[in-house]
Amino acid sequence: MCTWICEKAPVVGSGKGAQGWFAINSANVAYDHPVHAPLDHAILIDFVNSTMGPSARVAVEMDPQSAMGLVRAILTALNEGALQPMLEGITEMPDLAAPALALAR
Amino acid sequence: MVAYQGMIAENTCIHGHNGDLIEAYVARPLGVQSCPSMVVIHHAPGWDEWIKEVTRKFAYHGYAAIAPHLYSRSGPGSPDDVAAAARAAGGVPDAQYIGDATASVDYLRTLPTNNGKVGIMGFCSGGRHAYIAACRVPGIDAAVDCWGGRVVAGPEQLSERSPVAPLDMTPDMQCPIIGIFGNDDKNPSPAEVDRTEEELKKHGKTYEFHRYDGAGHGFFAVDRPGYRSEQATDGWKKVFAFLEKNLDGPAR
Repeated sequence: MCTWICEKAPVVGSGKGAQGWFAINSANVAYDHPVHAPLDHAILIDFVNSTMGPSARVAVEMDPQSAMGLVRAILTALNEGALQPMLEGITEMPDLAAPALALAR
Repeated sequence: MVAYQGMIAENTCIHGHNGDLIEAYVARPLGVQSCPSMVVIHHAPGWDEWIKEVTRKFAYHGYAAIAPHLYSRSGPGSPDDVAAAARAAGGVPDAQYIGDATASVDYLRTLPTNNGKVGIMGFCSGGRHAYIAACRVPGIDAAVDCWGGRVVAGPEQLSERSPVAPLDMTPDMQCPIIGIFGNDDKNPSPAEVDRTEEELKKHGKTYEFHRYDGAGHGFFAVDRPGYRSEQATDGWKKVFAFLEKNLDGPAR
């Protein structure tokens, strides 16, 4: 099925695409049909710069279990980077804060 | 001796909705006097290699075919990058799609070999689009809906881009339609296929639905893990039989 599920997170950072490094301003996270991964559905993450055209994109496709592992790795890295206060400050996402902290621990 | 067989396949541009220039892939058989035509509507991942293979498949079987790039306006760029941009933008508005599909039909009717008949086939989100075309695009003679999701859509699934559920367009359906579905699919689910069939029956439309056990979503796509050889081979056979009946046969 085509789900058209697509969540966007503003990003401050850079990505390396086919033409080298560029500034990115969004991570677009979808659950839909992948282009390359041998899966019917996948978590699709596009790190993009929406002001630079569609080719300014670093794309990854992974199965949901891998995506959970990625979430865990990000949270763990944040935690180990002494950013616990930031994690505890996810007050705007109370439903996510507890499981995120649990994952990080 | 085997009869001569050849085709030409290439990118072109057509003026789509609002006169916008959009890309399209065209394939047509060579050495024919007259042939029917098909519009091929891509799936959500976009105007990819597989949808162009399908377009050439029609030319191989004696049909002129065009696959409009519905995400053209999100480009330029490689089709997968452009598809990602279109996905982030929420997909294609139905009104824009109807304009692009109408332009594709008009293009095919200008071909000197056109036998006066034009059909449409779509996969996944394109299956939904084929259903819409059967109801909203003038001059469609036959439609092929391959596992189109969200034909049955509740109020929560409607939006400014998709304000009307295709199911509610059924009274306006102007041509025969064939539906190909996998019984393991979740969108459309077997229950949603039942609901669509019920609506087609209620309005006295000409249709045939084929449902396959052991198949889910997208089981014609040879490059996907959901490919099911036996079901896909039979499905294509059903599709070509349907088109031969409703589009006055392949090339002559």
